[in-house]
Amino acid sequence: MKNEFKIIVNLLPAQSRVLDVGCGDGTLIEALIKQKDIDSRGIELEENKVKQCISKGLSVIQGNAETELGQFPNKAFDFVILSQTLQAFYQPENVLNELLRIGKKVIISIPNFGYWQVRASLLFFGKMPVTKFLPDSWYNTPNLHMCSIKDFYQFCYKKKIRMDRIIGINNEKTSSINRVNLEMKNLLSEVGIFLIS
Amino acid sequence: MNYKIENIKQITVTKPLKLDCGQTIKDFPIAYETYGQLNEKKNNAILVFHALSGDQFVAGTNPVTNKDGWWNTAVGQGKAVDTKKYFIICANVLGGCMGSFGPKNLDSANGEPYGLKFPVITIRDMIRAQESLLEHFKIKKLLSVLGGSMGGMQLLQFCALYPDKTFSAVPIASTASHNAQQIALNELARQAIMSDPLWNKGNYYKDKKNPKNGLAVARMAAHITYMSDKGLQERFGRKLQEKKDYEFTFDADFQIESYLRHQGNVFVDRFDANSYLYISRAMDYFDLSKQFENGLVGAFQNHKTKFLIISFSSDWLYPTKNSKDIVIALNASGANVAFAEIKTDKGHDSFLVNEPEFLETLKGFLDSNFEIFKNEK
Repeated sequence: MKNEFKIIVNLLPAQSRVLDVGCGDGTLIEALIKQKDIDSRGIELEENKVKQCISKGLSVIQGNAETELGQFPNKAFDFVILSQTLQAFYQPENVLNELLRIGKKVIISIPNFGYWQVRASLLFFGKMPVTKFLPDSWYNTPNLHMCSIKDFYQFCYKKKIRMDRIIGINNEKTSSINRVNLEMKNLLSEVGIFLIS
Repeated sequence: MNYKIENIKQITVTKPLKLDCGQTIKDFPIAYETYGQLNEKKNNAILVFHALSGDQFVAGTNPVTNKDGWWNTAVGQGKAVDTKKYFIICANVLGGCMGSFGPKNLDSANGEPYGLKFPVITIRDMIRAQESLLEHFKIKKLLSVLGGSMGGMQLLQFCALYPDKTFSAVPIASTASHNAQQIALNELARQAIMSDPLWNKGNYYKDKKNPKNGLAVARMAAHITYMSDKGLQERFGRKLQEKKDYEFTFDADFQIESYLRHQGNVFVDRFDANSYLYISRAMDYFDLSKQFENGLVGAFQNHKTKFLIISFSSDWLYPTKNSKDIVIALNASGANVAFAEIKTDKGHDSFLVNEPEFLETLKGFLDSNFEIFKNEK
């Protein structure tokens, strides 16, 4: 299981209610159930991945998070997780508002466009970056709204969204991010994880 | 529809059952069939609900028609619903014609078949009548309930009435209430039956002159709704039936005509026209949301049942939207729900034919939930 998922599993209290938006093949949900007895649900767009989830006994619905989160009541979940997909929505701000409506707290991870390798790619080579967390080329990437950790930090600040915790990941190393070290961590983190409410 | 009674297993429901129409029935038969073995802990039982034209003979060979059971693609040894592992029960619905209490049964008051004197029944009546089977087998909690089409309606009604009697539930290509188009199609079928002069207001049992033509037309019309445009076109297209050119008559020139006529003809040998009226009526009356103050959300409030809703992309009779409405209500009530739309050209009938994506999903769900259910106790 990837480092990001391990961090998310650690962040969540046992026996809580969780929705994993864009849950893929259900790796994270499975870990949450096994390790923390968490009542976990998922929503996933791809039929094949939904089938894999169902075969593992996971409660995953096939659907589009952009348009179908409306079916969940307010604060239906203790936590809603969105792992590295916010940038792929047409209207990320609307999706984020929905996540905050249906979840008491939201965990969002973003591939950091402020990471030094990404900056270097544009600066030195004049090319759109292709990295471990941004593996696609400009013409076939599903990502529409890339942002950096700093961008998302400032967005939350502006929208008065409370940031309970921010964690940066660089390879296997993780570190806490705050107002003071934001500039540095924005340069050195491949992925940022935000716990917001 | 003439069968040897020794091929039919029955229980007699002695408890009086107050029907939705107000009448009370008691001491009536419910016919059923089982497959596989009930294990010692009685935690491997699956109750299957059949569709409008189905019966209790799910798998193997139907002893009455000598044809494959209607769900032979899914149920059997080593199949998606594995009879080596699970104990499958299926009852003929109340109002049916395969041994359960229906319009062709004799009225003890006068020794004559009920015909239209048979009370109009609902999906809820069907479920209340079948519940006695669980007592019969002394099963406290089923591993799962399965049903496609009208079977799915029965399933939803079962879950709403008896939330603690099943661990999981899989409604397939179904709906929580019949919409205008679905009612219209059933009305078309009923009018076809009732306009056959032999129908004779439901009194045709004595002379054994069944309204075969009317019932066959009803079946033909229904059959079209079970297939998709693309599925029909690929299978039949404009192909001619064993001829090189048009014959300039009204015989079956096209293969599709011949196919529909065949489907109509084989159906009348095994189905009672009055049963078709009664069962299709029950489907039209079905609206689960009406039974609860809170609508459909109220039907599943505080339920622990694990649902898997399945729809098929090319099903226009019970389209994905019908299934999604169920998913939305389940999510709104906080129930435990999975949902998959299977991409296929095979239309509504996808759940009855060999559709690997569907069968694999069903198998995965049942097997993984059996593991969870076994360890729960």
